[in-house]
Amino acid sequence: MRVYPAKPKTVYLYGTCLVDMFDPEAGLDAISLLEQQGLEVIFIEKQTCCGQPAYSSGYTKEAKSVAQSQMALFDEPWPVIVLSGSCGGMMHHHYRRLFQGDSALAKVEQFCERVFELTEFLVNVCRIKLEDKGEQTSVVMHTSCAARREMNVHVTATELLGQLDRVTLKEQAYESECCGFGGTFAVRHPNISQAMVEDKTRHLSETKAALLVSADWGCLLNINGAFEYQGHSMQGRHLASFLLERTGGK
Amino acid sequence: MSHTFNGPENIHSQAKAALDDPQLRQNFRGAMDYLQDKRRSAFADPDEESKIRELSEAIRQRCLSKLPELLELLDANCSRNGMVVHWAQDETEANEIIANIAQQHQAKTIVKGKSMVSEEIELNHEMAKLGIECLESDMGEYIVQLDGDKPSHIIMPAIHKNKQEVSDTFEAHLDDFTPTVDVDELIQTGRTRLRQKFHDADIGLSGVNFAVAETGTLCLVENEGNGRMCTTVPKVHIAITGIEKVVEFLSDVPPLYSALTRSATGQAITTYFNMISSPRKSGELDGPLELHLVLLDNGRTQAFQDEEMRKTLQCIRCGACMNHCPVYTRIGGHAYGTVYPGPIGKIISPHLMGLEKTKELVTASSLCGACGEVCPVRIPIPEMLQRLRTEAKNPPKPDAIAIEGQASASSTLESLAMKGFAFAATHPKLYHTGSWSATKLRGLMPNKIGPWTQCRTSPKLASNTLHQLIKARNKRAGGES
Repeated sequence: MRVYPAKPKTVYLYGTCLVDMFDPEAGLDAISLLEQQGLEVIFIEKQTCCGQPAYSSGYTKEAKSVAQSQMALFDEPWPVIVLSGSCGGMMHHHYRRLFQGDSALAKVEQFCERVFELTEFLVNVCRIKLEDKGEQTSVVMHTSCAARREMNVHVTATELLGQLDRVTLKEQAYESECCGFGGTFAVRHPNISQAMVEDKTRHLSETKAALLVSADWGCLLNINGAFEYQGHSMQGRHLASFLLERTGGK
Repeated sequence: MSHTFNGPENIHSQAKAALDDPQLRQNFRGAMDYLQDKRRSAFADPDEESKIRELSEAIRQRCLSKLPELLELLDANCSRNGMVVHWAQDETEANEIIANIAQQHQAKTIVKGKSMVSEEIELNHEMAKLGIECLESDMGEYIVQLDGDKPSHIIMPAIHKNKQEVSDTFEAHLDDFTPTVDVDELIQTGRTRLRQKFHDADIGLSGVNFAVAETGTLCLVENEGNGRMCTTVPKVHIAITGIEKVVEFLSDVPPLYSALTRSATGQAITTYFNMISSPRKSGELDGPLELHLVLLDNGRTQAFQDEEMRKTLQCIRCGACMNHCPVYTRIGGHAYGTVYPGPIGKIISPHLMGLEKTKELVTASSLCGACGEVCPVRIPIPEMLQRLRTEAKNPPKPDAIAIEGQASASSTLESLAMKGFAFAATHPKLYHTGSWSATKLRGLMPNKIGPWTQCRTSPKLASNTLHQLIKARNKRAGGES
């Protein structure tokens, strides 16, 4: 189990490349949530991407150079809050692996220890207490595989939704099964990926939840794209936006 | 139905064929759901589960860390017990060893217990060339053999078939069989037909689950009793195993055995557990007169030589990784085109067959991690896949030995794209100009983008990037103050 630090005054936000290009509002909403907790949020403009696309495709050297450039941007000993469990897993676990046997390893490990996914930080460091100001509704949540298995943050995301009095979290069949995204996997093995996302969208829609939320934009690109292709009205939103809206911050 | 095996190079077309077969998909989904449930109830206490997995991992890592010396000790102790120990570098050598033994005894028939290593060396096929008939006696293997097919799962070889399909197979190949979907009747049919074969066979052949170095004991885990029959009734018993199956102490066996059965079928213990220590001794009434052990390398030392990839050899062949794999659940075992399918197959096959043939195989994973989560010996399968992808794309590191098929997936175009990505991602101005222009030009985003849009719409870029929105926000904040 991870040991969490005391609440700091200042944090860095790592927006991730997908939020940057596909859902920048979620980035702003996450900042608002953190600011509501009395934190100063620093967004380093030079941040780009965690390097996962290169890493998972077997371009380890390239991934390492990206990792190095990203880590160099976050000098101060402040926590780095990542808006995705998948990128969080990359920066918290796999950066270490990239630097095995490297003289920089000790420093890299210090960085890795500062990396937190948004929901775990809100729950375990900020000890957030949400006040639900929205109407009665129901949601279903999709958790990315890295968020679940590398970061264990399906627990904290579920806890946040549980704090919302008028939100019912619907149970889905095969909840922990992969949606079929897997980065380049979706285009390299399109038929297998298709079978997976078609099952995932069916299980999500069968819950009849009013809304779909997820804290990972990789999965959402996949799931939302499949829902729209099928002519289904369900479209997932980033959890940060949903939480901010429910608590009247937006 | 028999399946064409074109190898892992053709995983795409083989997977497509499997995905288009609704009956096959239903069979796999149903069977995997059942096996997942069984495992879940066998590990009801997560703390106990994690202790068992940690212990099993530690045992396997300790044994592998002394693999060469343990193999020598195993050889010495098995020989002292009266076994004949053979070492085979590859499939050819293993088949030659077995053929020689068979020829010494003028053997015409071999009755087999379940052995994936015998599948690996294509024993049945090779012996048939010499006029020696191999008969599978494990129920699943028996069904698969009647079909002229291959196993689709390492512990449940006929898991791709439902009971109606098993009945159809029996009807097509067995005389005087009355079709039935009663499972007990189907099993009884197989057992009855096989009974006499154990007595008729010249040789019995089996695999090995654990080979104990300190005592020279071969442990065999099974549920049907056919393993005991194969290893006790015929005059000659040949056991064949991969070199990684050796454990140091007899006391290493109980925890691994428990981890194996609970992970595989959710059983606390199997119906039979055989410990084979020697051929028939003088004065004994049964047991084989001759006992041979064949230790097969076949690429395993390649995995062994690399400290990270050595973890691949921790595997105790429980099949939990395939039972929990979303890819395996959908395409089944045959589509992989390898002897060992599923996640473990993706990381062991490159060592057995080389990366040239398996480079597509190692990409056929979303790296979801469901396999690693249930592995009883905690093999980090996704990390192994990432490593093999790296080896497939790149030449070896300066101080490392090339693995077979190293860099066979290297692609100039993809490599340039990734170098380009890395260059942009390490040069923020360039990167942000790129993402900025992408959002500005989002109207130009094509509606169809390759395979992505075969079941999804194109991703919708936002009109501004987060970087721009934050700049604007900061400007406003600055103006207000």
